[in-house]
Amino acid sequence: MNIQEMILTLQKHWSDHGCILMQAYDVEKGAGTMSPYTFLRALGPEPWNVAYVEPSRRPADGRYGENPNRLYQHHQFQVIMKPSPDNIQEMYLDSLRALGIEPLDHDIRFVEDNWENPSLGCAGLGWEVWLDGMEITQFTYFQQVGGLECKPVSVEITYGIERLASYIQEKENVFDLEWTEGFTVRDIFYQPEFEHSKYTFETSDADMLFNLFAIYEKEAKRQMDEGLVHPAYDYVLKCSHVFNVLDAKGAISVTERTAYLGRMRNLARQIAKTFYAEREKLGFPMLKEKGEAEHE
Amino acid sequence: MSKRDMLLEIGLEEMPARFVTDSMNQLGSKVEEFLQEQKVSYEGITLYSTPRRLAVLVQGVAEAQEDIEEEAKGPAKKIALQEDGSWSKAAIGFTRGQGVTVEDIYFKEINGVEYVHVNKFIKGQPTIDLLPKLRDIVVNLHFGKNMRWANNDLRYIRPIKWIVALFGSDVIPFEITNVVTDRITKGHRFLGDTITITAPAEYEVQLKKQFVIVDPAERKAMIRRQLSELEAEKSWVIPVDEELLEEVNNLVEYPTALSGSFNKEFLELPEEVLITSMKEHQRYFPVKDKEGTLLPYFVTVRNGDSRSLDVVARGNEKVLRARLADADFFYKEDQSKEIDFFLNKLQTIVYHEKIGTLSEKVSRIRRLAAKLSELTGASKEVQQKVDRAAEICKFDLVTQMVYEFPELQGIMGEKYAQQKGEDSEVARAVNEHYEPRHADDETPETFTGAIVSLADKLDTIVSCFAVDIIPTGSQDPYALRRQAAGVVLILAEKKWSISLETVLQTAIGVVKEDNVGEKEAEALLEELVSFFKLRVKHSLQEREIRYDLIDAVLAGPVGSLPSLFAKADVLMAHKEEEGFKETTEALSRVVNIAKKAEVIGEIDEQRFENEEEKVLHREFLRVQKGLKEVETAEQQFTLLESLKQPIEQYFDHTMVMAEETAVRENRLNQMKALSVIILSFADFNKILVK
Repeated sequence: MNIQEMILTLQKHWSDHGCILMQAYDVEKGAGTMSPYTFLRALGPEPWNVAYVEPSRRPADGRYGENPNRLYQHHQFQVIMKPSPDNIQEMYLDSLRALGIEPLDHDIRFVEDNWENPSLGCAGLGWEVWLDGMEITQFTYFQQVGGLECKPVSVEITYGIERLASYIQEKENVFDLEWTEGFTVRDIFYQPEFEHSKYTFETSDADMLFNLFAIYEKEAKRQMDEGLVHPAYDYVLKCSHVFNVLDAKGAISVTERTAYLGRMRNLARQIAKTFYAEREKLGFPMLKEKGEAEHE
Repeated sequence: MSKRDMLLEIGLEEMPARFVTDSMNQLGSKVEEFLQEQKVSYEGITLYSTPRRLAVLVQGVAEAQEDIEEEAKGPAKKIALQEDGSWSKAAIGFTRGQGVTVEDIYFKEINGVEYVHVNKFIKGQPTIDLLPKLRDIVVNLHFGKNMRWANNDLRYIRPIKWIVALFGSDVIPFEITNVVTDRITKGHRFLGDTITITAPAEYEVQLKKQFVIVDPAERKAMIRRQLSELEAEKSWVIPVDEELLEEVNNLVEYPTALSGSFNKEFLELPEEVLITSMKEHQRYFPVKDKEGTLLPYFVTVRNGDSRSLDVVARGNEKVLRARLADADFFYKEDQSKEIDFFLNKLQTIVYHEKIGTLSEKVSRIRRLAAKLSELTGASKEVQQKVDRAAEICKFDLVTQMVYEFPELQGIMGEKYAQQKGEDSEVARAVNEHYEPRHADDETPETFTGAIVSLADKLDTIVSCFAVDIIPTGSQDPYALRRQAAGVVLILAEKKWSISLETVLQTAIGVVKEDNVGEKEAEALLEELVSFFKLRVKHSLQEREIRYDLIDAVLAGPVGSLPSLFAKADVLMAHKEEEGFKETTEALSRVVNIAKKAEVIGEIDEQRFENEEEKVLHREFLRVQKGLKEVETAEQQFTLLESLKQPIEQYFDHTMVMAEETAVRENRLNQMKALSVIILSFADFNKILVK
């Protein structure tokens, strides 16, 4: 099964389980969790079931396209379900079956993994799912997002697409994976991998990036003052990406690092709070539409 | 009375392996406590657990609580009986309250007053009516880490999926987070079905048919057997790490061991790297040959049966291959750099915001290590080794290998240092300076390692105290208590005659040079001494020294630890001897009366008024001189013991608090001087003698 078929299969599977299929969010981000479709929507009582592919940028993992396992940008298939369904583990295992992974022929385990994203004030408990010893999925019950307690709790399922594909296609090198018939990951992503790595580690201008961080941060605050959650959050995402590039370059010392993370966390917390308040003002409309009266 | 078995099973989404066994034991003891409290008798109890369930089977549970017969005391006779001889309201009310009638009343005298009494009989309730209270036990289990899920408020280890609660064939009714108790359980996630438990005693057997081995001991035995079979079949040796076995056991419901291999070329990596990759990251058992050499194979335990084992092995091989390829890359990268490269990098790593960078820490370790080795009287050559070891003790923290495998700190340092041609004791010290790593760990064997270990730990403790990072209750993020215990252990074992106070002062001096924190040196010393005294106390307790003797030797300054421990041992050895009591009393008496001395002055022999005073003074001078000359605590004690008689004689014939000021002060001076040498051994006042 090539990557394109995998994605189609997962989309079909989760769509059948009532998920809205979204497209990737158009601002750079380090993980699917940072998409507003997860970060913001996990807040508050409104139900939210969604699935999307998120291209995730990890500048520090850039290897000029030379490492068989590491990528500047990889893809995550992200599922969020709120409240977490009772049979979520079974739904997940069925998705593996749909991908042709018959559990009886493999060793599938749920191994404890507690997840934290300090720059967004998020924490959750759950597992990494092992397929014959390989971590293929992060499975997390969100406990806190943007510093706010989650009630109800959302479950987040994040498949590492390339990881899973390298298992399914039995390939040693991520660049040899077939994306769709006739096209490999190399065909599509090798050049950007090389260029982004070179940019990150060599040609990017740290001074300019520090400036951008300051400007983005300021703009995020200004938009917050206007009560505009989504534009403010976009600028926080931009801060986060710029920070990741600087961090990968080694331009941020450890003390500064803590300070920068703290600045982003404060913004994220503020945004989370405001988003919740705004939805509350609107009377949590998605609760009403679904006629769910259980909101406390 | 008839009996039934009882079964309680909590079905969960996969629990973290590290909590399974404890949680099972906790459930068991809480259920037992409950039955005992409720006075419900039972014959036996069996505990079960897998990653997906905690269960307890109680055999032979009584149908009902024990009946209770007890005597209840009511009002006094004169209140109970009215003048006309009829029962008062008080008496009637009392009997009603006890569920009996006035007919049952009899009188009994207590302290000369007659009181109403009745015998009441409480019929035990049927057990089935009490068992729904098991809900509280289930809800109140403590886990290390809790979570919420869906719309529930309950915090629990993982979501609850089903609950089996049976008393014989009856379901014990209760509900938790919308899960209602029933007799239905689930088999193995992939191999088993959902089944109905027919009777509590059938639980284990019925689940075995569904590929769940609920008895953890049986599961463990299966794994051991499978490992031995592989050993026999392939002529391997598979050393069983008990901790790993325990973890693996709690990751599977139905274990099947299988083996895989990796490329021989990876064997060039340090063994520790290979073992860490296999054990810590993948939960594999490494494989050795009969000579103890690592082989390019591993064993993993699958949660399932023997179907498609080749597929599972292939998958695991692929994962390990990627991990080892990474490790190999890091190893080569690290080897291509010089130690200086890493030392420079330490400048960019902040150890703690208020304490400074790792590089600054290393510089302090170096200065402190130099001072400590001087105090121990080490030779120049040894001092040079100590200096180099201190200088490079942290370099491996910024190697890629340790970044990737933090548990290899020190181990990689030693390896790399050897490869770079460092002196072998220096290289070894890079690793040893982390010792003791935990309570049962060895202390550094080499002098160099011991000194650098002391310097590192002392620097951490003192700098943290200087910036007010002080352990409180369960809060000790920098593990300062463990490190202080390490310092105590090293000082005690190495037998250098340096006092703990001197060691601490030296460390404070170095930390102060770097202006860490704003506390005054003296205040810092005081905090540190009391912190360390607690650690020393703990060591003495572990040595099984009686608590009052611990208080006695710790009343004054700690001094050198070997001699402190020796003194405690001597007191332990003599405490039951004849005359010990009298010695203690005589010495205590001196110490007590010496407290009355306001100023300490010279003893004027001219003012002695009786022979006993003169004798005691002479004896004092002899013992004072002797204490400086003898070597062992035993000898010191013998000297102090020899003061018993002169002291007793003295008090028999002398009034210390004499009328005449000059005489009194002179006597107090004598007492004070004696008290000083007594207290230098121990505060005998703290010793309990019968």
